[in-house]
Parts: sequence; C-alpha cells; structure tokens
Amino acid sequence: MTASGLAHRVTRTGILLALMLFAVVPLLSMFTTALAAPGSTPQGLSWPSDPHWHNFVDAWSAANFVALFRSSTLIVLGVVPATVAMATGAGYALAQLNVPFGKAIYGLLLVGLTLPFEALITPLYYDLRSMGLLGTRLAIVLPLIGLLMPFGVFWMRAHFLGTEPALTEAAKVDGANTWQTFRRIHLPLATSAWSALSVLFFLASWNQYLLPLVLVDDPTKRTVAGGLGAFQGQYGTDIVLLCAGSLLIILPSLVIFLIFQRNFVKALMQGAVK
Amino acid sequence: MIAASRPRGDAVPSVRRRSWSALLWVAPAFATYGVFVLFPMLQSVQYSFYDWDGIGPATPAGLDNWKAIFTQPELLQSVVNAFVLVIFYTVLPVGLGLVAASFIRELKPGAFSTTARVLLFVPQVLPLVAAGIAWTWMYSSDGLVNQVLRAVGLDRYTRAWLGDFTFALPAVGVIGVWVMLGFCTVLLLAGIGKIDPALYEAARLDGAGTVREFFAVTLPGLRRELVVCTTFTIIAALASFDVVQIATQGGPGYQTMVPGVQIYRLTFLQQHVGQASALAVFLAVLVLLVIWPIQRLGRQR
Repeated sequence: MTASGLAHRVTRTGILLALMLFAVVPLLSMFTTALAAPGSTPQGLSWPSDPHWHNFVDAWSAANFVALFRSSTLIVLGVVPATVAMATGAGYALAQLNVPFGKAIYGLLLVGLTLPFEALITPLYYDLRSMGLLGTRLAIVLPLIGLLMPFGVFWMRAHFLGTEPALTEAAKVDGANTWQTFRRIHLPLATSAWSALSVLFFLASWNQYLLPLVLVDDPTKRTVAGGLGAFQGQYGTDIVLLCAGSLLIILPSLVIFLIFQRNFVKALMQGAVK
Repeated sequence: MIAASRPRGDAVPSVRRRSWSALLWVAPAFATYGVFVLFPMLQSVQYSFYDWDGIGPATPAGLDNWKAIFTQPELLQSVVNAFVLVIFYTVLPVGLGLVAASFIRELKPGAFSTTARVLLFVPQVLPLVAAGIAWTWMYSSDGLVNQVLRAVGLDRYTRAWLGDFTFALPAVGVIGVWVMLGFCTVLLLAGIGKIDPALYEAARLDGAGTVREFFAVTLPGLRRELVVCTTFTIIAALASFDVVQIATQGGPGYQTMVPGVQIYRLTFLQQHVGQASALAVFLAVLVLLVIWPIQRLGRQR
C-alpha cells in the first residue's frame, strides 16, 4: 500500500469515528448522568462510583410512564391506519383513474406538503375549541390525519404511477371493476410502499410535540414527545431524574429502530427519492 | 377468463375514462385535508388582518400586522435567525453527509460500515424534544462541553452556552446538525449505491484521484438525493420549533427566537392572534418561495 493510500485510510477512519462519537456522546452523557446520586449534579460524562439504577424506577413513576405509553399508542392507532388507508385510496385514484379535476385536487394537496405545522396551530386551536375537542386525544388525532395527508397522497401516488398499466388493462379485460382491480392487483403490489409510509407516520405521530403542547393540557393524554416536554418542565432542575426519565421515554423508539433498522432506512429511501 | 365467457364485441371500458365515481376515492383524504389544513390556512389569512385577543370582538387592523413583521425588531429577528439556522440544518449536514457517505461507500461492507450508518442515523429517530433535552444538558455549566474545555485547559472559554448572547444561536444550530446529519448521510449513501459502478471504473482508468472522482462522478450522480435532503432540511430549519422551545424558548433576549416559537408565544402567551397569524402566513409563503427554485433545479435535466 502506498503512503498516500494509508494516509487516506487513516483520515477516513478518523473522520468517521469522530462523526459517530458526535452522534452518540449526548446519549452517553445522559446515561451516565441518569446513574448519578439522586438530586446531585454530576459532571457531563463520568461513570458514577456507585451507579444508582434505582433512578430509572423513580423516573418510571414520576414520568407516569404507563399512562404516557398507553396514550401515545392510542394516538398512533388513531392516526396511522386511517391516514394510510385514505392516502392509499387517493393516491391510487390520482395515479390510475381519471379523477375529475384531479390536477387541481393534487395541486391543492401539494401546497400542504411544505406547510409548517406552526402556520396552522392558531386557527386549529380555536376551531377545536369550538368543536369542544380541546383536551381530548381527538384534538391531536384529527388534525394530524389532515396534516400528514399531503405527504401520504404524494408518496402513494408516486408508487401507483410506477405500476405497469398493462396490469390494469389485463384486469379490465378480465372484467374486474375498479375496486377489484385495486384490491386484487394494485394493493398487494403496493405493500412495501404503504408499510414504509406507516413506519414514517408512526414516527411522525409518536414524536409529535407541538399539537399536544397546545391542544391537550393533561400530559397523560399526550404523545410521548408531548409528555417528555411536560416532564422537562416539571423536573428541569433535577438533572439526574430528567436524564433517567428521558432515556426511558426514548428507549422504545430506539429499540424498535435498532431491531428494524434495515427496514427503517429502506423505508426512508424508497419514497424519498421519487 | 371471465372475458372469454362474455359475448364478443362487448366494449371494454377505457381505463382513462373520466369517472365521477373516482372522486369517491379521493374524497376522504381531501375532506380531512380541507377541514384541518386548507380551512385553517384561510382562517389564518383572515385573522392576519384583524386585531384579536382570542376572546373579545376582533377589530379590523388593515395591514398593521403585516407591516409589524418588517418593522418590529423581535419579529424580523426571528425570520433572520431562521435563515441562520439553514446553515446548520442544511449546509453543514449535507456537506458532512457527503463526506461521510463517500467514505462509507469506500469501506468494505461489514461491521464498521453498518455501525457507522446506524449510529449516525439514531438522532433522526428520537423525538426532537429528546434532542433538545440531551443538548441542553450538554451545554449547561456542568455539561460535557465545558467539562471537555476544562480538561484541555481552556477554562476561560467555559460558559452556559445556551444563555450566551453570542453563542446561543450557533449552539442551537449544532443540535440541528446532530439531528439532520444521519438523515442526509443515509439518503446520500443510498444515492451513491445507485450510481453505475462503471463510471467509477472509468474515472479510475482516467487516473482520477479520490477528490476528482468525487466531483466528477459522485456529486453529479446525487442530484436528486441532494434536492430531497436540501428541501427536507430547509423546511426543518425555517419551521423549527421543538428544539428551540425546549432548549432556549427563543432566549436569551431574542437571540434564538424563530418564527415557530414566536407564533406560539404570540397566540398562547400574549394573545395577539392577528399578529401570530400574519407571521404564520408569512412563514408558510416564505418556505414555499425558498423550496420552489430548489425543486425546479431538481427537475431540470
């Protein structure tokens, strides 16, 4: 091996290691802090002489962990299946059927693709108040379905545009109606597209912070991210408990990611580059 | 097979026939979108021309709320800060992501390359709230950043970073780098995987070094991935909320104030609903105006 080749390899490994360190160090710092003596203020990164594993048990009850997870799960179940189903139907129609005013409808949906949630939060608050939904999980679920819809339709339409038109023709020749064609041919072929979309929507709902912060006061009716925000507000000064609680709250998404990391990354890339 | 049993000459309906029943397929999606996105957006536009505290009667305010965006320092500053964050959310992660992705591509597939990919991506999966909390601790007086500075004898540079008038905004920006780096790396890495290996061989036969190879083959081949990365991260920067709200709430002063946090504060803490709405519509239009040319660029051949 040449000297410059070796130098390149050393630089490459060095830079990659530095970036990896950058990615994990904040989490490591949280972890060692979470094990320090309760109520103390440890150094940023230092292994405690006697790790207080009990801090996690204290944080479990302080963060009202069970209620938070139940609530987050309910919100995800309310948002993801409904949004994916509606987006799949709309995406299919806009790509494969001749929808009257289809171009205009799709154009209007595209506007929502770049719309920041903050731009809508003010009117949403007053609308949901007049519907009497403030403080309920529906106040998070219903707007979230609408807010995620443009991306879902965009994603599914891109998938259905790529399917072979001959398939539809063949089904028509066989006398299948629109629903049968969709159900028997297109939907099974779209499995990877809609399951990837479900993963992305799961993360978007699970990690949603702004809607719960504004629309639901009770942390136990919020998403995990919303509950974490409230937990920080309550225990912001007790850094040990805050770190323990935060780690507990992010652990499930971390574990799910590590188990499914292959599918995760694939999901992300599939539609992103259409 | 069903067709075979049908009488010949029975017209097979054209696939592209305009059918009103197709609207039914689109209706549920469009209805929820209309009620919870389009309608509130129009309401925002309407509110922006009124003075309203959210409870009492609204009084027409003409263009006052709109003029204030450009004349009130704290509103204008929030917009400027959002553009500063683009450097951290977009420029740095895309740049570093390109470096990381082309390095990982050179590695043999194995434990190290997988670990690098997975670790870099972890911050993207966590809620932004967690990112805010982790980094608030990193930047605090006893946090890791100051601990490292003290360890290498740079005690005089230690400070509470998020409370510092000069460094608060860059400090918040670094959180953005942390979150976005993995997303950009993984997306760009996937793009590199799709580049024809023959192009790399040709470059090597022409005697191109690693750097020439990067500019001649890798970069042009990543056009679409670069557009997606840039679009996604610019929206995240201009519309940032979670990280800033958790880490600084816009302070100290208005040093880290961004439009998202300002809208939240104007509506829910100060009850200036009209002003918040004007800023909200302004932000939405601003994002569109910035994203539009980038998308055009991506579609050109």
